[in-house]
Amino acid sequence: MSDAGYDEWLDAIDDGEGYYLECAEGHGSLPPRRVCPHCGTTDLNRTALPPTGTVETYTVCYVGGPEFEDEEPYATAVADFGAVRLTGVVRGVDPEDVTVGATVEPRIGTNQTTGEDLLTLRTQ
Amino acid sequence: MTGVRVAGVGLTQFGRHPERTGRDLFGEAAVAAREESGIPPEDIEAINYGNFMGSLSERQGHQAPLMAEMVGVRCPATRYEEACASAGVAVREAVKTVRSGEADVVLVGGCERMTNLSTAAVTEALATAADELYEIRAGMTFPGAYALMQRAYFEEFGGSREDLAHISVKNHDNALPNDYAQFHRAITVDEVLDAPMVADPIGLLDACPVTDGASALVLVNDEYAAEHDIDAPVSITGSGQGGDTLALQDRDHLAVTPATERAATEAYDDAGVTASDVDAVEVHDCFTIAEVMALEGLGFYDSGEAIGAARRGETTATGEHPVNLSGGLKAKGHPVGATGGSQVVEMTRLLRGDHPNSEHVEDATVGLTHNAGGTVASAVVHVLEVDP
Repeated sequence: MSDAGYDEWLDAIDDGEGYYLECAEGHGSLPPRRVCPHCGTTDLNRTALPPTGTVETYTVCYVGGPEFEDEEPYATAVADFGAVRLTGVVRGVDPEDVTVGATVEPRIGTNQTTGEDLLTLRTQ
Repeated sequence: MTGVRVAGVGLTQFGRHPERTGRDLFGEAAVAAREESGIPPEDIEAINYGNFMGSLSERQGHQAPLMAEMVGVRCPATRYEEACASAGVAVREAVKTVRSGEADVVLVGGCERMTNLSTAAVTEALATAADELYEIRAGMTFPGAYALMQRAYFEEFGGSREDLAHISVKNHDNALPNDYAQFHRAITVDEVLDAPMVADPIGLLDACPVTDGASALVLVNDEYAAEHDIDAPVSITGSGQGGDTLALQDRDHLAVTPATERAATEAYDDAGVTASDVDAVEVHDCFTIAEVMALEGLGFYDSGEAIGAARRGETTATGEHPVNLSGGLKAKGHPVGATGGSQVVEMTRLLRGDHPNSEHVEDATVGLTHNAGGTVASAVVHVLEVDP
């Protein structure tokens, strides 16, 4: 399955050219979008995603769905990148050793169960 | 505008019934509600039906006409889907239909069949309440989503897993006399803390179970109740609904639920009451942290204050403000698409005085139900009042 807008966004991150959509009010959002989800304006511009973000919260998942059975246990974190947050599987550290406040870099990895592209957050 | 009265209620036993079809579960609850009301089937003018995952668990879409068959009527029947808030929305739309004069009698409720699926399959089905591109693909499960919120709550406001364990203990205690509940087993704080982790920091006993079950109510307007001499002392006097971004990552804060605040504000205004008027509460405790965020969003506590409420004894059955006297989702069970209806059923019985836990809210006149979908991207609040 391909998902126009989202797939290109993953490719951009993979190329080190990650971005988010920004409106004149400074609200950030992620594609595909036709309007800003926060204020409804149609004037959205691509703004470069900061190279690193900070883990704001995380969970270590011991019981996942069928598409993650080869990852368990795995950590999923929500990281703050300023105007947007990203949710990704944490790589580069044991799941039990993830911490709030850790610096992470968005990278495209591979889901070990499905072989599909996966947004990961790699610890620095 | 006419008032909306609860003329009859029905529930199935909540629990594990993997062999029972959704149509049979809803049929049982709906027929029980109609029989309690004494209203003939031909007077039912609409059926509002909540269901979340029937297309996945039973490969059955288009369920509402099927459910009308199980009640023996041919009226318009509509399915409402708003994840775990499906039946709450179905009730809200039924209230609007009766108030508008479009119908005098509406049958409303919901159903979910879940335990026929494997744990992995039910985990996958529940996760579809989250954002497919940005959350599910990042491995977010439903317990995982609330674990993210719970850790964010701890970071922002403090509190501990032990505080939350007292909520599980309380809700299991409340379920003991409730025949409809999935669990009739008291648990201890140590058992909660020692249970296996599902999605750290949420353990197995911080989470509601997987449940099959159905709920139903017959709602009528004041005039119909009076003309037909129907015994319906409880009215739904307030209704509100709030929304938020689907994905947690797009919220301003990860540990508060503004959709609940919006729904509550609307429902309080609609009923002409405030949080301080409410005597009994059923909130959406799919995880113990959800009960905390609900009590704060509903205005019973300031942000960061509700986490110790059960531990301090304030929300226990004998406390000042009992919460989830049914046992809540945690111990009564959570058949997703039925839950919002079952909360209104339980509150109706609590206020009428025929609930096994009614003794704990003997003088109660105002009750509130709170039903949430996903990570509270949807919230529905109802205010119920009983005739003096």
